[in-house]
Amino acid sequence: MAHTEHTPVVRALYLDDDVVLGAVKSLRDKGIKVKEVYSPFPIHGLDKVMGLKETRIAMAAFMYGLFGLTVAILITSYMMNMDWPQNIGGKPSMTWGMNMPAFVPIMFELTVFFAAHLMVWTFMVINKLYPGAAPQNPDPRTTDHHFMIEVAAGEGVVDALKETGAIEIVEA
Amino acid sequence: MFVFTKKAKILSAALTIVGFVMMVIGFNTSGHATEGAENHGTEVHAVEGHGGHEAAAHAVENHGAPTHAEEAHAEEAHAEQGAAEHGGHEDHGAANRPWAAFLVNTIFFLGIGIGTLFFLAIQYAAQAGWSAGILRVMEAVALFVGIPLLGMVFLAVTGNMDMHHIWLWMQDGIMDPASPHYDALIAGKEGYLNDIFFTGRTLAYLVIWAGAAFLFRRNSLKEDMLPEGQTKFFTQRKLAATFIVLYAVTSSTSAWDWIMSIDTHWFSTLFGWYTFAGMFVTALTVLNVLVMYLRVNDYLPWVNENHQHDLGKFMFAFSVFWTYLWFSQYMLIWYSNIPEEVPYYMARFGEFKPLFITMLALNFIMPVLVLMSRDSKRIMGFILLAAIFVLAGHWLDHYIMIMPGSVGYHYGFGWVELGGFLFYAGIFLYVVQRNLAAAPLRMKNHALIHESKLFHQ
Repeated sequence: MAHTEHTPVVRALYLDDDVVLGAVKSLRDKGIKVKEVYSPFPIHGLDKVMGLKETRIAMAAFMYGLFGLTVAILITSYMMNMDWPQNIGGKPSMTWGMNMPAFVPIMFELTVFFAAHLMVWTFMVINKLYPGAAPQNPDPRTTDHHFMIEVAAGEGVVDALKETGAIEIVEA
Repeated sequence: MFVFTKKAKILSAALTIVGFVMMVIGFNTSGHATEGAENHGTEVHAVEGHGGHEAAAHAVENHGAPTHAEEAHAEEAHAEQGAAEHGGHEDHGAANRPWAAFLVNTIFFLGIGIGTLFFLAIQYAAQAGWSAGILRVMEAVALFVGIPLLGMVFLAVTGNMDMHHIWLWMQDGIMDPASPHYDALIAGKEGYLNDIFFTGRTLAYLVIWAGAAFLFRRNSLKEDMLPEGQTKFFTQRKLAATFIVLYAVTSSTSAWDWIMSIDTHWFSTLFGWYTFAGMFVTALTVLNVLVMYLRVNDYLPWVNENHQHDLGKFMFAFSVFWTYLWFSQYMLIWYSNIPEEVPYYMARFGEFKPLFITMLALNFIMPVLVLMSRDSKRIMGFILLAAIFVLAGHWLDHYIMIMPGSVGYHYGFGWVELGGFLFYAGIFLYVVQRNLAAAPLRMKNHALIHESKLFHQ
């Protein structure tokens, strides 16, 4: 994520996700800062081992859901009760409160729609994955069958990486 | 090994006895009980009573009138001492109340047992690894299912003996064209709703459900005796698959028999699933709390907060699932607005409105808000809070399913309601703790026990 061009880094490639998990743990125990891990698939428990901050996307999703619910309430009351009043289920009360059961599916759908879509867009923007963004991945092999740990360059870092079972080490 | 302490034994026995005494008091004071009767005469009641007496309107309006209309209509001759028609059926509803309260508690605790039994079965059918470490807890609760089933047999038999009229169709002469109580619509259902078939079905549920619980437990105890590395996993899986198929049918039919047939004119195709969803979420909640209790007391060192989190997800998910089914049933009836179906909700939105709204809030809004975040499913206090909401809500849900049709405006909360609850709660605590203490809490040879121990997120 926070990939910067200026600070020198060392990248190590691995062939197995369990090895990566152990490697990250042992590197951090030695006080080496793990900047990023690239993997073709999510590795269970990696966020804990890396000591990442807990995501706040759940709170964002909740807000988006509330927003969607509000939109649904406004949309149904405007369309069905105000702009062109409808006789709903043989109950032409023309009030939102009395017709509410008919709108529950809409309220549910729009809550889910807004929460899901806005959450995905938020995730993409935060991770710089919007259309036209420059690729962040330093090695395309990590999209297929390799795993990569990126650490800040420093003394003894290369040796420490070798100890953890890296198959290839690149200094950049 | 779980230890069933003397103190716990005394507590559960005391609960049972206190509950039983309260029920006896309740049964002896009912019939004269007029509490609530004066306070609850609302518009709905008046309207329905009317429909029942107008001969012309009867054929249409009385189709589904769930409460007083039919009783008033069918029970006029029952009215004692030449009282006014209303007076006659008032006594009748009040006489039903202790029985109906017992039915509410029976169904509530039955839900805990059968829901857990079903959950146990799907663990095997789905070859679930994460849950292997808590299967013994599920077995202990599932074995309890026989006791409320015996309660149901008792209610069915006493109903057949005309000791109560919770189920409207059991009244004398209601299927006899010569009788003044004759109801053509109910008579048309005689092929399914008759005393012998009804009791037979109740006995069949007892045999199938309690039998399945017994077989699961027997296989699991046998497995412990096998040499290391051998399991009964596939025997259990076959049993689970068979039970699930049988339960798919019996879950619906039992809900029709025991609950939906109270409002005999009314019917809903969703009713079985709706009842099942409520029972299932009750069972998951009890299981979650029970596992938490055992973990806190160090009985389950191989169960960690990730297992607890998954049980919390089940609680959350099935609270939403219950709401989904409840709303699916409600919205179609509300939308189509036909006289055959609507009276069911007329009573619930009239007389029972405050309880009905409270029940919805407890069963949907509270668990959703409390259990939505990831952390709250891992914190004991939040789980307990949600559990109180869900258990109270589903008790009230069963109450509102049963009371309007059987008791009408004589409903209330008193000796019988609380007594029945304490009675079953005492037996539940006794049976579950005895079962927990009867076998090691860890299955020695279960094929997936190791996977369960390593479970994490």
